[in-house]
Amino acid sequence: MGAIQPIVTGPASEELALVHAAKGGDDAAFEELVRRYDRNVFRIANHITQNREDAEDVVQEAFLKAYRNLDRFQGNSKFYTWLVRIAVNEALMKLRKRKPERFVSLDEDIQLGEESVPREVADWSPNPEQQYGQAELKEILTKTIQGLPPGFRTVFVLRDVEGLSTEETADALELSIPAVKSRLLRARLQLRERLSRYFKKRTLGEATS
Amino acid sequence: MKCKQFLQELTNYLDGALDARTQSELEEHLTWCHDCHVVHDTTKKTIEIYRDSKLYELPVELASKLRAAIMDKCRGSKKSPCSGAASASVTSEAEDELPEGDAPPQHSH
Repeated sequence: MGAIQPIVTGPASEELALVHAAKGGDDAAFEELVRRYDRNVFRIANHITQNREDAEDVVQEAFLKAYRNLDRFQGNSKFYTWLVRIAVNEALMKLRKRKPERFVSLDEDIQLGEESVPREVADWSPNPEQQYGQAELKEILTKTIQGLPPGFRTVFVLRDVEGLSTEETADALELSIPAVKSRLLRARLQLRERLSRYFKKRTLGEATS
Repeated sequence: MKCKQFLQELTNYLDGALDARTQSELEEHLTWCHDCHVVHDTTKKTIEIYRDSKLYELPVELASKLRAAIMDKCRGSKKSPCSGAASASVTSEAEDELPEGDAPPQHSH
């Protein structure tokens, strides 16, 4: 029982020093920022676009845009939060181009759907993820998160996978804090509901299909 | 506390963002409500599984390739600030500026 432990990130002052140096024309400092955050940006972009090539493009475009606009970065937020905001915008643009018919805007008010109300209340096996091989587990997790609307999975990924705070997520997505909390709750509950199909305790003789 | 209120507070509880009184009411609810207990445990587990899943890890070779491409483009954009899209003005911190070689935005209605 209890709270999820937050993810600890590197010291902010070090990041700021790199940004400062990069602003002054030190490309090695900017390259260090790329090295530091490329994996995060790639994960976020992949989660939003659900397409690896698009994610690679987003990584390049986001860093290039950050580089060109470094002078615009005032340091009011962390560099990483600013970078995430750029990357999320790039990823959403990709998604809009590819699937305009299925796109749900981030600031659209989404009503609490039936799916957010828990129906499946069977307990899970003690270590449910160990019931599956690594590749099969990844497939289950990918398929499950793909089913969420982009606005929900973006909030979930920033908060729960990347470990941004509620305030940082709100800042990166230009949403209010209550909007972030509401989307996060629904995303978590919908994922839980869908994963229950795979992870719930099975009684003897029950098929595992 | 009722189950509906428990659900509303679940995210704040998981994030450790509840005041002491609401937290103790919620924990009291969990001691006797089996369904909410299961929803709490499995939601927490959902978050942990995704956090530990290493979905979409960036392979080392691809990271090097991307980094080299990024730095090439960055250096290129510095040398020719007036060429093409690179000269577009920017109005806010995360405002749009088209990267070189990208297609123009499509305005479909």
